[in-house]
Amino acid sequence: MSIVNDQLEVWEVFIQSKSGLPHIHAGSVHASDIEMALQNARDIYTRRGEGTSIWVVPTTAISASNPLDNDMLFDPSNDKMYRLPTFYLMPEGAKHI
Amino acid sequence: MNNSELYNYTLRLADNALILGQRLSELCSKGPFLEEDLAQTNIALDYIGRAQSLYNYAAQLSGKPLSEDELAYRRAENNYYNVLLVEQPDEDFAHTIARQFFYSVADCLFYAELTKSKNETLASIAKKVIKESKYHLNHSSDWVKRLGGGTELSHEKMQNAVNALWMYTDELFEIDDIEHKLIKEGVAVNSSNHKSLWLAEVTEVFKEAGLSVPENNFMMTGGRSGNHSEHFGHLLSELQYLQRAYPDATW
Repeated sequence: MSIVNDQLEVWEVFIQSKSGLPHIHAGSVHASDIEMALQNARDIYTRRGEGTSIWVVPTTAISASNPLDNDMLFDPSNDKMYRLPTFYLMPEGAKHI
Repeated sequence: MNNSELYNYTLRLADNALILGQRLSELCSKGPFLEEDLAQTNIALDYIGRAQSLYNYAAQLSGKPLSEDELAYRRAENNYYNVLLVEQPDEDFAHTIARQFFYSVADCLFYAELTKSKNETLASIAKKVIKESKYHLNHSSDWVKRLGGGTELSHEKMQNAVNALWMYTDELFEIDDIEHKLIKEGVAVNSSNHKSLWLAEVTEVFKEAGLSVPENNFMMTGGRSGNHSEHFGHLLSELQYLQRAYPDATW
């Protein structure tokens, strides 16, 4: 017996909580088209005032790095402290750096 | 009571909201898929919130020490004044969508107008409600287009639902002596003016959805004067159960 996938396509949802802040991944929704994806995202992730803007992206449009490549991709930065901008003074009033 | 027309008028608006909210909340956990289930119950909550504000105001107008719960849960069947459309059962998802779409097109026209009411309470409720109504319209008209233009089966189901509910649409634009008086005072909305706008908007969406406007001109009416369809008693028995069994129950 073959399993029929009767679920709709999956979309990733990104919510911006306040103007100026980045859109942050909130989760995913099922939807058949972009309008439905936006509405479902709104109903599931923003009904309690969590956001002022929503992005939805088809999950298939997202490319992920391979966990097996983690050594190659991420380890080299660990021993180079000069890459971390901890030597700078924070400008007064800047909150989101 | 000096305010009896305003009281009745507010009660009608409240009853429409409560009964449609109840119908939609019956779908909780029975939606076609998780996201749509949540969407429908969110819409149900919008209507119940709307009903609460309106019953609260009606209770004040009644001149009696009534609570909003007494108005919502303890009246007899023929003392509810909602239109017949909102009490129609959820035969299938297409019926839910057709009912919502017909109602929401009229609701948007109505509440946009009510924001200009000389009655400040109704106007301020309308200002809040109209935002929700626009969303309900968006949501339902998208679904009408999807189902109408989808598969052969979805098209057939959508057209059947449209045909079945069409006869309840005229009542949305009825006005009687209560409205006539309040329209003169600048309080009520003359919804009889909205019929042609409603039809134009519905026709436009149907065109995109590949659906046909029913030619049946037979129209049912009666809900606004308390004469309901056979479904209504069943709806009320569930709606009122808790307050009847445990009067004044609170959380």
